Amino acid sequence: MTESPLSPDGGPAPGTQGVRFGFFTDTSICIGCEACEVACKEWNGVPDNPVGFSGLSYDNTLDLGANAWRHVAFVERPAADGEPFAWLMASDVCKHCTSAACLEVCPTGAIFGTEFGTVVVQDDVCNGCGYCVTACPYGVIERRASDGGAWKCTLCYDRFKGGQQPACAQACPTDSIQFGPLDELRARAADRAEEVVAAGHPRAQLYGHDPDDGVGGNGAFFLLLDDPEVYGLPPDPVTPTRQIAQMWRTAGVAALAAAVAIVGAVFGDRR
Amino acid sequence: MGSNMAECHPVGFQWVVEAQARGATVFHVDPRFTRTSALADHYVPLRAGSDIAFLGGVVNYILSGDHDFRDYVLAYTNASHVIVDGVALPDDLDGVFSGFDESTRSYDHATWQYGGEDVDIVSAAGRRERVVAEADRVEEGGQAFEGVSIEKGGRIEKDPTLQHPRCVYQLLKRHYARYTPELVADACGVSVEQFRELAQALCDNSGRDRTSVIVYSVGWTQHTTGVQCIRAASIIQLLLGNMGRPGGGILALRGHASIQGSTDIPTLYDLLPGYLPMPSVGRHDTLDSYEQRTSSRKGFWANSRAYMVSLLKAWWGDAATPDNDFCFGYLPRISGDHSAYRTAIDMLDRKVRGYILLGQNPAVGSANSRLHRLALAHLDWLVVRDLTMIESATFWLDGPEIDSGELRPEDIATEVFFLPAAAHVEKDGTFTNTQRVVQWHAKAVEPKGDCRSDLWFTYHLGRRVRAKLAGAGRERDRPVLDLTWEYPMTGLHNEVDAAAVLQEINGWGPQRRPLNGFAELRADGSTACGCWIYSGCYAGGQNATARRVPGSQQSLVAPEWAWAWPANRRILYNRASADPQGRPWSQRKAYVWWDDEAQAWTGHDVPDFPPHLAPDAVPPADAVGVEALAGDDAFIMQADGKGWLWAPAGLVDGPLPTHYEPHESPVRNPVQRRQSSPFREQLPHEHNPTNDASYPFVATTYRVAEHHTAGGMSRHQRRLSELAREMFVEVHPELAALRGLEHGGWATVSSSRSTIEARVLVTERMQPVTVDGRRVHQVGLPYHWGPNGTAPGDAANDLFAIVLDPNVHIQEVKSATCDVTPGRRPRGRKDPG
Amino acid sequence: MDLGKRVAAWPVLRQLRTGDRLGLGEAVKSDSSAALRPRTEDADAVVDSICPFCAVGCAQRIFVKDDEILHIEGDPASPISRGRLCPRGSSTKDLVTSDRREYTVRYRRPGAAEWENLDLDTAMDMIADRIIATRDDTWQELDENRHRVNRTLGFGTLGGAALDNEENYLIKKLFTALGAVQIENQARI
Repeated sequence: MTESPLSPDGGPAPGTQGVRFGFFTDTSICIGCEACEVACKEWNGVPDNPVGFSGLSYDNTLDLGANAWRHVAFVERPAADGEPFAWLMASDVCKHCTSAACLEVCPTGAIFGTEFGTVVVQDDVCNGCGYCVTACPYGVIERRASDGGAWKCTLCYDRFKGGQQPACAQACPTDSIQFGPLDELRARAADRAEEVVAAGHPRAQLYGHDPDDGVGGNGAFFLLLDDPEVYGLPPDPVTPTRQIAQMWRTAGVAALAAAVAIVGAVFGDRR
Repeated sequence: MGSNMAECHPVGFQWVVEAQARGATVFHVDPRFTRTSALADHYVPLRAGSDIAFLGGVVNYILSGDHDFRDYVLAYTNASHVIVDGVALPDDLDGVFSGFDESTRSYDHATWQYGGEDVDIVSAAGRRERVVAEADRVEEGGQAFEGVSIEKGGRIEKDPTLQHPRCVYQLLKRHYARYTPELVADACGVSVEQFRELAQALCDNSGRDRTSVIVYSVGWTQHTTGVQCIRAASIIQLLLGNMGRPGGGILALRGHASIQGSTDIPTLYDLLPGYLPMPSVGRHDTLDSYEQRTSSRKGFWANSRAYMVSLLKAWWGDAATPDNDFCFGYLPRISGDHSAYRTAIDMLDRKVRGYILLGQNPAVGSANSRLHRLALAHLDWLVVRDLTMIESATFWLDGPEIDSGELRPEDIATEVFFLPAAAHVEKDGTFTNTQRVVQWHAKAVEPKGDCRSDLWFTYHLGRRVRAKLAGAGRERDRPVLDLTWEYPMTGLHNEVDAAAVLQEINGWGPQRRPLNGFAELRADGSTACGCWIYSGCYAGGQNATARRVPGSQQSLVAPEWAWAWPANRRILYNRASADPQGRPWSQRKAYVWWDDEAQAWTGHDVPDFPPHLAPDAVPPADAVGVEALAGDDAFIMQADGKGWLWAPAGLVDGPLPTHYEPHESPVRNPVQRRQSSPFREQLPHEHNPTNDASYPFVATTYRVAEHHTAGGMSRHQRRLSELAREMFVEVHPELAALRGLEHGGWATVSSSRSTIEARVLVTERMQPVTVDGRRVHQVGLPYHWGPNGTAPGDAANDLFAIVLDPNVHIQEVKSATCDVTPGRRPRGRKDPG
Repeated sequence: MDLGKRVAAWPVLRQLRTGDRLGLGEAVKSDSSAALRPRTEDADAVVDSICPFCAVGCAQRIFVKDDEILHIEGDPASPISRGRLCPRGSSTKDLVTSDRREYTVRYRRPGAAEWENLDLDTAMDMIADRIIATRDDTWQELDENRHRVNRTLGFGTLGGAALDNEENYLIKKLFTALGAVQIENQARI
């Protein structure tokens, strides 16, 4: 494709279905302002969920969940081994895994992989069974107490339809949250990671960028300035359903073949 | 420095991040490690209140290493000007400059003047005199912009070799010689290495092809030496050749949507629109005497009579005639300090009886907010206009003094009117941002219920008052009855058409033809203009402030996005972006230059210079006004056309910045014997005491990204309240151990003014410093909280005294003293009275 | 829904038709997901505005539907802000539509322990009367040195720095004409 897959508004351009879109969150330029959290809540109508004063640096959101689809972590890293004190900030979000456990375990079809390669919960279908909650290797998706449904980041699926970028990415003052076609983001991130390491952050690393990792790579990946554990991220997430999915694939094809035979028999004359 | 840009101006900070991506190095100098420090390339911790010692050290570093940008300094600054015989420096006079009068704690500026024949220079920043108004009180005669002239048109004595012992360059060198890296380290609590690294980086980044920018905010202004902090930065930027150039300058990041506009078109006691001074008692009896004392011989202030007459014509229309001095006598006269803090004291003394708060909340937002609550309780009547029930409206109902039993509602006689205000989306109008860009915001919806704009309130209040006063036939009512007060109405609620008001601000000539700019203003009464520096914003009858040509379709300067005063110019003094011959200092830094063929200045921005004045032009000796500018007088608003390293006039507290300790400090002044600025404005009152030595720690206030100012616009809404719900105090682990403070627990913070409580955040970001061999602990207090709203908490401003910068009457809340103890503050009722 | 659509919506057939054999994508997309659009497309008007918080001056777009604010976000056209907004700016809709906003005039009599309601027109009239009375009581034509001052020090104003320029202009104009000099602003604070 020679035309940009991005619309003038920075979202998916019309006709780009099939291109996988995602986030690259470059935490080396995150100022921890939490604009992403507010912009997300405003656009998506996410309820407030005040926890008061946590004492965990400036983090009073604490975690991703049904009522926090973006969450900024604040890590005060003491001076050690010749490195000065650092205040690390990172805006976390649903990873939109390639091999998304939440989607695979969902028995109702409430969670689906969109034409943009993102993973979205449909609240009109979700019956609140909660299988997805236990399946998510990142602890992202959660049931909301008030309505029982499971909720998480949709990557602003509705905005995509209008060619707009996700609300958090649009708001992010320093462009720490970058939205775009995943292959472009991955290339950009690889360059950026090299720069940041060279600029004096020896432990800077990409997280969730690798298609060969335990979740098949993430649609939302990160450049971290330290190991993922420092930010409270699992170092080696694995989709628990990975092997199960393989089994189902075989079974599913067989079932479909049978279904087609039936449909063909009933409605064959209409086609 | 003095700015936490990433938290307080996050969207502006995108340009810092972008500059870093292009190779810029960012230093953050601040008492606290903030979110700005986290992204800076270098963080330099310094003791709160020691900024001038630090900046003075930079000046010394530049001069002692001959690092100044000499071509720039010689051409565009007053470095070569020789100061009169008799000038003396704090080194000679024990901490003050020559001209000091101990009894009045004030300066006579005579020995700060330029030498030469017939020179008497006054500053674009104003002649200020102290007036002893009452036996026991020294007040400021704080009229800004009192004259800007070499009034007698004399010749200034200069020494281009910079060798004369009394030339500005040598005085600077001598004054700052003692600000060595070692002294900076000791006074500020920084390491010599860190200081040197910063100073050297600034020097390395100076010259034809390189510039540096200094960013500050209220971390500088909210000191008793606030104006001098900024002066110190301007000395550095002039020495390094960073003024008037792209990527240079001193950026004041102002805190509120139109705080810049509120000074340009001021609701400030000492100013009229466009920085014209309010007339003073006895000094400005007539328009002639006003002109004599406010206009300059050289430069654009020479036309101040035209600016003033046009303002008077805008206000009094046909009633303003040459025969009646254009109603100049209608203006009330000021005498001394009538600033908001003085006014609060005068409420306590029952001199001020009525008060109108228009979107402002002194019961939480002003220093010594407890005093302000008590002041409001002494009023006869109070009008509060705001979006929500702010503390200044409810002090009588459930304020801290009611809770404690100190006051009872039945004892408070103040009559209170709360009028709900319209939000910005419910009205048309302009905000002026921190870059002087005037931006129109359009009404999206009608205000609901009784909500109205302040434009509506002011207009209809004026209409009613005029109707009630009409026919009384009193002389004192003429100014308000003769006022031009007819505006077109719009909307459901008879709202004044804001565009019509903006047109009046822009000004018009005969037949109400819109003016194209202030150059068209006349002193004969043929033009009317509400604010001369805004003239041109409605040129050709088009609202230029509403322009929204996308940035992507313009140059980086983006001249077609809204409109910047003056004359849509985006960088001031940009003549200095070219060398004395009019060529760009370098191609990379080209901005405005002389086009020899066209015999005109041209470039990316509107040149800040007479358009056809050649770089080598020399004015005739008898020229006045703009014609008196030479081709290298880049600083066209200054009476000598030069950037002022030395301020020969205009400041109450000295021609050069010199380090004084804050009003309250646990540290002995490490630079000189005089402890605090003798010029700081104190307002002695039983409710405004000064801490004694029993308060051992430095207290400093600030904002966080999640809230806005004193919280009136953030504490009442759920999104922001969720992110930062409770008042907290930040302390270093050492201080926590010293005082037994528990992380996540409660602390009580106290001063002689008040006592507040807050949750404890123990953090290494709040660093102690070692000064004079002593460990000095700093206590961090965000000032967003107050008793009302979704996220209530105690107000940090309760702790601070009202003690002010003498030039501009801004409070010192960036550095005072306090104590901290574990646990919650005492509760329970005191006996009234 | 007619029969054809109903059949086409049958999940198994959708899985087959869309190539989504595992039922993880198009096949399970609900009608409402399929029909989803950004709600801002329903706006009756998009109004150009400026953020009311700090002085950076970020441009905002106000989406309006049925005379209510539908949404507020950054305007990418701005060369100052490039469409971005900080947490405060992003919360602007919450600011202007907060349920804690006041919509009626409230009045507190001297010594009272409670608010009362008051008609806006009456309130404006009463305020005008207070100003006139205080001004008359505290009017100074000459100071103690017989210099003309033409002023009152009996009342003052203090404005916030989110006032529009036009508002500041009229405030200064009216109160100066009334002889008040304590006309002040947050700009000093």
